[in-house]
Amino acid sequence: MSVLTFDPSGDPILERRRQIQSIAQASLGRRKASSAVALGICWVFLVLAIIPLVAVIVYTFAKGIVAWNATFFTQVTKPEGIPDGGVANALVGTVIIGAVATAVTIPLGLLGGLFLAESDGRVAAGIRFTADLMTGVPSILMGIFGYIALVKAFGYSGLIGAFAIGMIMLPIIMRACETAIRGVPGHLNEAGLALGARRFMIARRVILPAALPGIITGVLLAIARGVGETAPLLFTIFGNQYMQWNPTKPMDALPLVIYNNSSQPYPDLLQIAWGAALLLMAMVLVLSIGSRIVAARLQRERR
Amino acid sequence: MATTDTAPTGGEKRRHGRFSLSNGAYRAILIVGAGIFAALVAWFLYSIVNQARPIFSALGVSWIFQPTWNPNLHKFGLLPFILGTIETTAIAMVLAVPIGLGTALSLAYLVPARVKVVLGSAVELLAAVPSVVYGLWGVVALAPLWREYVEPFLTSVLGWTGLFNGPNEGVGLLLAGTILFIMVLPTMVAISRDVLAVVPREQVEGAMALGATRWQVLRKVVLPDARTGLLGAFTLATGRALGETVAVALVIGNSNYIAHSLKSPAATLPSLIINNFGEASGTELAALFGAGLVLLVIGLGVNSIARVLVRGKTGAAGGATSVAVA
Amino acid sequence: MTTDSVTTPAIEDDVNLTTGEVFPERPTGHPVMQLTDVAVAFAGRTAVRDVTFDVHDREITALIGPSGSGKTTLLRALNRMHDTVRSARVTGTIMLGDTDVYATSTDPTLLRSRVGMVFQRPNPFPTMSIYENAVAGLRFNGVRKKPLLDEAAESSLVAAALWDSVKDRLKAHASTLSGGEQQRLCIARALAVEPEVLLMDEPTSALDPIATKRIEELIGELKNRVTIIIVTHNMQQAMRVSDRCAFLLMGEDKAGELIEFDATAKLFSEPDDARTLDYVNGRFG
Repeated sequence: MSVLTFDPSGDPILERRRQIQSIAQASLGRRKASSAVALGICWVFLVLAIIPLVAVIVYTFAKGIVAWNATFFTQVTKPEGIPDGGVANALVGTVIIGAVATAVTIPLGLLGGLFLAESDGRVAAGIRFTADLMTGVPSILMGIFGYIALVKAFGYSGLIGAFAIGMIMLPIIMRACETAIRGVPGHLNEAGLALGARRFMIARRVILPAALPGIITGVLLAIARGVGETAPLLFTIFGNQYMQWNPTKPMDALPLVIYNNSSQPYPDLLQIAWGAALLLMAMVLVLSIGSRIVAARLQRERR
Repeated sequence: MATTDTAPTGGEKRRHGRFSLSNGAYRAILIVGAGIFAALVAWFLYSIVNQARPIFSALGVSWIFQPTWNPNLHKFGLLPFILGTIETTAIAMVLAVPIGLGTALSLAYLVPARVKVVLGSAVELLAAVPSVVYGLWGVVALAPLWREYVEPFLTSVLGWTGLFNGPNEGVGLLLAGTILFIMVLPTMVAISRDVLAVVPREQVEGAMALGATRWQVLRKVVLPDARTGLLGAFTLATGRALGETVAVALVIGNSNYIAHSLKSPAATLPSLIINNFGEASGTELAALFGAGLVLLVIGLGVNSIARVLVRGKTGAAGGATSVAVA
Repeated sequence: MTTDSVTTPAIEDDVNLTTGEVFPERPTGHPVMQLTDVAVAFAGRTAVRDVTFDVHDREITALIGPSGSGKTTLLRALNRMHDTVRSARVTGTIMLGDTDVYATSTDPTLLRSRVGMVFQRPNPFPTMSIYENAVAGLRFNGVRKKPLLDEAAESSLVAAALWDSVKDRLKAHASTLSGGEQQRLCIARALAVEPEVLLMDEPTSALDPIATKRIEELIGELKNRVTIIIVTHNMQQAMRVSDRCAFLLMGEDKAGELIEFDATAKLFSEPDDARTLDYVNGRFG
C-alpha cells in the first residue's frame, strides 16, 4: 500500500498502520455483507409496510365501487329485507354534523391558537400540553361524555354528535393555528407594531393572511379526522332511518352505517357498508390531499 | 357611531366603518377563547370521574383487577379488558417497531429522492383512513384469511409455545393486534422518518469519512442520535393503539373472559364500553365509566410521555404531526 | 509531547516525550498522491477542473483560493465523499500510491481508512464518550482487540495534544469539551486509524483565534506522522503551515481551475502567474 521504500521496522506508527490495514482488509467482506443484509431487511420491511396499506385501499375500492349507483346516493337506509337501500340520510348527516362542528371549532380554535401563539407563560404551556394530550384521547370517551353531558338532558341529536366531534377537532385546530401563526416571520409583526397599529389589526390584516395556508392545512386535516370518527357518534346521534335535515333531531352518519352493517350477516347490508366505506374514505382522502396541496403551496411561497 | 381620526389611545374606536379593538379587548377575547377550551376539558374530565364515582365508592379500587365481568351476577372486574388492551397493543407494537423502523430508515436514507416524496406522502395519507374502514376490512376480508390460512400456519409452526391453543376462529387477539399494527404503522413511520432525517449531515459524513459501511453509519451514529425521538414515536403509536375502539371491536371476537391463547376472542377496555354502553344502567353504567376512567388514565399517561419525548425533536414538524397523527 | 515550533525543516528523529514513541527519520518528498486532469461536475455543471499536481509524502499541501474556487469540492473528491451524491461525476485520475482511487475495484470504505478527513465544524459523535469517539474509526474498520484500540487511542490523543486533559475522563461525553478540544478530538479520531493522508477542510474556521493557533501548531507537529492536505481560505495560515500550495480560482465558466502549484515560499513571493500574485497580495479575496 504505502510506497515508502525503507525498512519500516521499529516505527510504531507504520507497524500499527500495517496491523490496522490488514484487519480492515480481512474484515471488509464481512462488514459489507452485514451492511447489505441489514439494508436488505430495511427494504423488505418497506415493502411489508406498503402491502397492507395498499390492500385496504384497493379492497375497499373494489368492493365499494360496486355499490355506487343512483339508489345508493338517493335512497335512505333500509333494514334487511327491504329493497332499494341507500345512504342518502347518512351522507346528509355526515355533512351537516361535520359542517356544524367545523363552524364552531374554527373560530374557537383560531382564538385559542392566537392565544397560544402570543403567550409564553406557564398557563399557555399548560394549555398547549393539554391540547396535545386531548388530540390523543380515545374517541369513545368523547362519545360517552357527550351522552352523559347532553343527551340525558336534551335527547339524541345531530348537534350533540357535532359537539363530540368538535371536542376532538378543537385541539387539533388550535395547535395547527398556533404553529401556522408562529411560522409567520417575526419582522411582519414588528413592522406592524412599529407603525403603531393595534395588535388586533396586525393579527387581522397581517398575521392571519400570512398564516392562512397553514391554518387551512390544519383545518382540513381536522375535518378529515372528525368526519371519519365513529365512536363519538354512537351514543349521541342514535341513528335515523329517515332523511333528517334538522340537526336537533337524531341523525344518521356514514361511519355509523358502516359500523352497524359490518357485523350483520346480510350481503346487501354489507354492500351498503362497503359503498359507505369507499365514500367516507374518498372524502377523507380528498380532504387530506387537499391539505397537502395547500401545505405545498405554502412551502413554495415561503421560498 | 361618530367617525374620528385620532391617534391610537385605548378604547374601542370605529374609523370609517372599520372595526377595531383595543389591545386590551383583543387580549381579553383571546383569553376567553382559550378559557372556553380549558372549561370544556375540565367539564369532560369532571363528567367521566363523576359518573364513575358510584362504583369506586361501592367497591373501592380493587374491582379494577377482578377477573370476572358479569353484570347479571353483579360482578364487575376489568382485568380481562385491561389484559386485552395490553395484549393487542403489545402484538401491534412488536410488529410495528421493526417494520416501522426499517421502513422509516429506508425512507430517510435508502430510497432515491423522487420516490421518497411519493412514498412518504402516501404513508402519511394512510394515517387518515378512518378506523371503521379498517374494521370493516378486517372483519370481512382478513378474518376468513386468518381462520383458513394464517392461524393454522402459525399453530403448526409455533404451537409448541403454548400460545396458539384452541380453535381457529379468525377473529380474536391475533387479528385485532394485526389490524392495530396496520393502523399505527403510518404514525410510527412518519414520526420516525422525520426524526431520523434531521440527524445532522455532518455526523453522517464524519462516520463515512472514517471508513464506515452504510449500515454502520445508520446503526452507530444515526439511530443513537435519534434515540429519544424514536422512543417518542413508539410511545405515540402505542398511545394510539391503546385507545383504538371501533376497528378492534369489530375483529376481536368480544369475549368477556381472559384470553388463554393468541387465537382466543377477547375484549379491550374500549370494546367493552362500545358494546355495552347502549344498554347499561345503574351500577353497570358506572362500571363502564370506571373503565373509561382507567382507559383515560392509561392513555393520558402514555401520551404525556410521548409528547415530552417528541417535543424538541422535530421542531416545526412537531406541530404538523400533532395534527396528522392524532 | 514535542515542543518544537512548527516550521523546522531539518530531518531528525522525533521523540514523543510522553509515550516514548520514536519516529525515525524518513525521507520526505515522495509523491503519495497524484492527481491528473481531475475534474468534478454536478448534474453536468463543472465545479472544478484541470487539476494536476502531486502530493508529497509527509508534507503539508494547502489548497488556497477565494471562495467558490472549488477547493472543498476537490478535497472531498480525494476520499470519494461525492459517492453519495447521485449527480456527481469525478473524472481524471487520482492515485494513492499504487491504487487508483476511482477504479471500480477500489472499495470506498477501505479507501477512507487510508485517507482520513477532518471537517470544518467539529463533529464528534454526541452519544459517544471521548474514548469511544477516538476509537470509532478503528471499530468501524473491524478492529476489536482492546490492546490495539487502547494503544491507538492514546497515541492519537497524544498526537492531538489532548491526552493530558482527557486521560482521566475518557468516559466523559464528547460534548463536555470546548470547541477547540472537540476539533482536536476529531483530529485524534481521524489519526487513530493511521491513515496515510489526512484531509482537512478549513479545520480552524469555526474556532476562536487561540484555538486556531493551537491547531496550527498541532498540524505542524503532525507532519511527520501523516501527509496532510488542508483547504484554507486564510492566506496567512497557508503561509504559516504549508510546504506546498495549490492555488485555485473560479474561471469564466464558473468552474474552479488550478492556476498554480508550487512550494509555498515561492508561490507567495515570486509566483509564475499574475493572478496568483494578485491573490497573495490581497487584491481580491
